[in-house]
Amino acid sequence: MKKLLLPALLSALLVACGGKAGPQQTGAAVDERSAGSVATVTAPDVSGAGIAALTDPNNILSRRSVYFDFDSFVIRGEFTPLVEAHAGFLAQNPQMRMLIQGNTDERGSREYNLALGQKRAEALKQALLLLGARESQIESVSLGEEKPRCTDSSEPCFAENRRSDMLYTGEF
Amino acid sequence: MSLNSRTLLAVLLLVLAFAAHAQLSIEITGAGATRYPVAIPVLENEGALPRSVSDVVRDDLERSGLFSLVNLGLVSFPEAVVPDLAGLRGRGADAVLTGSVVPLADGRFDVRVRLFDTIKQLELGALAMRMAPTQNRATGHRIADFVYEKLTGQPGYFSTRIAYVVKSGPRYELQIADADGMNPQTALVSREPIISPAWAPDGQRLAYVSFEAKKPVIYVHDLPSGQRQVVANFRGSNSAPAWAPDGRRLAVVLTKDGPSQLYVINADGSGVRRLTNSSGIDTEPAWSADGQWIYFTSDRGGSAQIYRVGVDGGTPQRVTFEGSYNVTPRPSPDGKSLAYVTRNAGRFQVAIMDLASRHTTVLTESHRDESPSFAPNGRMILYASENGGRGVLAAVSADGRVRQRLSIQAADVREPAWGPIPPT
Repeated sequence: MKKLLLPALLSALLVACGGKAGPQQTGAAVDERSAGSVATVTAPDVSGAGIAALTDPNNILSRRSVYFDFDSFVIRGEFTPLVEAHAGFLAQNPQMRMLIQGNTDERGSREYNLALGQKRAEALKQALLLLGARESQIESVSLGEEKPRCTDSSEPCFAENRRSDMLYTGEF
Repeated sequence: MSLNSRTLLAVLLLVLAFAAHAQLSIEITGAGATRYPVAIPVLENEGALPRSVSDVVRDDLERSGLFSLVNLGLVSFPEAVVPDLAGLRGRGADAVLTGSVVPLADGRFDVRVRLFDTIKQLELGALAMRMAPTQNRATGHRIADFVYEKLTGQPGYFSTRIAYVVKSGPRYELQIADADGMNPQTALVSREPIISPAWAPDGQRLAYVSFEAKKPVIYVHDLPSGQRQVVANFRGSNSAPAWAPDGRRLAVVLTKDGPSQLYVINADGSGVRRLTNSSGIDTEPAWSADGQWIYFTSDRGGSAQIYRVGVDGGTPQRVTFEGSYNVTPRPSPDGKSLAYVTRNAGRFQVAIMDLASRHTTVLTESHRDESPSFAPNGRMILYASENGGRGVLAAVSADGRVRQRLSIQAADVREPAWGPIPPT
């Protein structure tokens, strides 16, 4: 449970500090835009988890990051509930699109890291597809080491940067 | 003061600091073991020029690490007169450049130089050109190239340009500068990262990866016109552009079919063709100078290693075997060696491999060196490094003896790419 809270806490911290532009930090600005896209969405909400759930801090769907071990592309067990929740949301909201951005720490070649980040994004995409999301809903891309959420050269920082972020329609 | 206005002030100060120091400054940190003593006196009538030409020649030659300058004071040696070569040798100069500047009726200047070998007592060659008053740097670089080629047998690189990315705060700039860091010009400004600039063989176009669309997309940018065109924006990531020697095709990395794989694509974005087929990562393509091979990085063997594949496909051959992380292959212009980045005990360093003997030499000593790029004559390798927590560019000679550091105050510099020799 502690570990599950970590990403949310970190993102809250980043928003509080007015940190560097990152997918989660842009959440506030994204609200206005996704409000616009709601008007075009007419499909009934089957799950009971409406678009608002995506940004409700009490809803698991507001958590958007999956973290990885060093040199690894395996989705750790602690993220299974999060991946299941998003796969379910995508399955029940076929009009929604998702962009997955894979990220790495700063060590090593920029282009090789771009490919590593792609592997992390693709691993998350495949997990979501297995759990019911559609191929046409998800694009996996990589930001490599180019958009670090944390900029110190320290192990906690590297760990924070080894992740995949899930962005929904209107957020990218 | 509110947080916002404080932030604004900080940004303004950063911008001012950046504007004041936007030029790359070069620091020489190592030179060749034996340097060729050469005298580059002031040209006859050089005072007629608004800015010195011979200063530029001296700076270029000294910075190359291959020459030591013999100071002859303020005496000039007219181009039309053969100097006292024995006397000049006695003063320590193995070669001397004589030269004159003559004003022309149209406001331009005629510049003529001759190079003499004081040991063999013979003239090595002559060069004449016409310059506008503002062209002192370009003229000086051409003369330095002439001296360099006559004395080393290799073409000089002083008239070439380099591309690199400057990051200052949230701002990314793709810049082009002369090889000595002067005359920096900005080709692209973005709030999102720019990586992997690659010069077309014509020296007029740059391919690069921009993240302005929230994902990596490959562009080709025509420098004279500033026009840019998307070359690859397929589903997924598009990256690592590398020009074929013919300037008509690019090797790129796409993920449209799943994993990061090599493709060849025409420079206008048409005719995409898959080149490699692995289930893992294939990236960082680089063409051999003869256009027959594409070197690349792959994790197909379980760790990141360098391979090469024929341009028409086939079974890739593994090139590096030692260590667990060898990436960013860059074949030398003569095809005989390969620069790349290797990880040693957590440090990333530029190494060079002799492709015939497979003998490898680690060239750099920092902990985070990356993105090596050969000078067009193969003599120097430009790369990205770190100094005091900031990104700097550095250059090392292929024999590891000559070292330079190029930095911009208050900004990160990264992703260097050395341009081709311009057509004359």
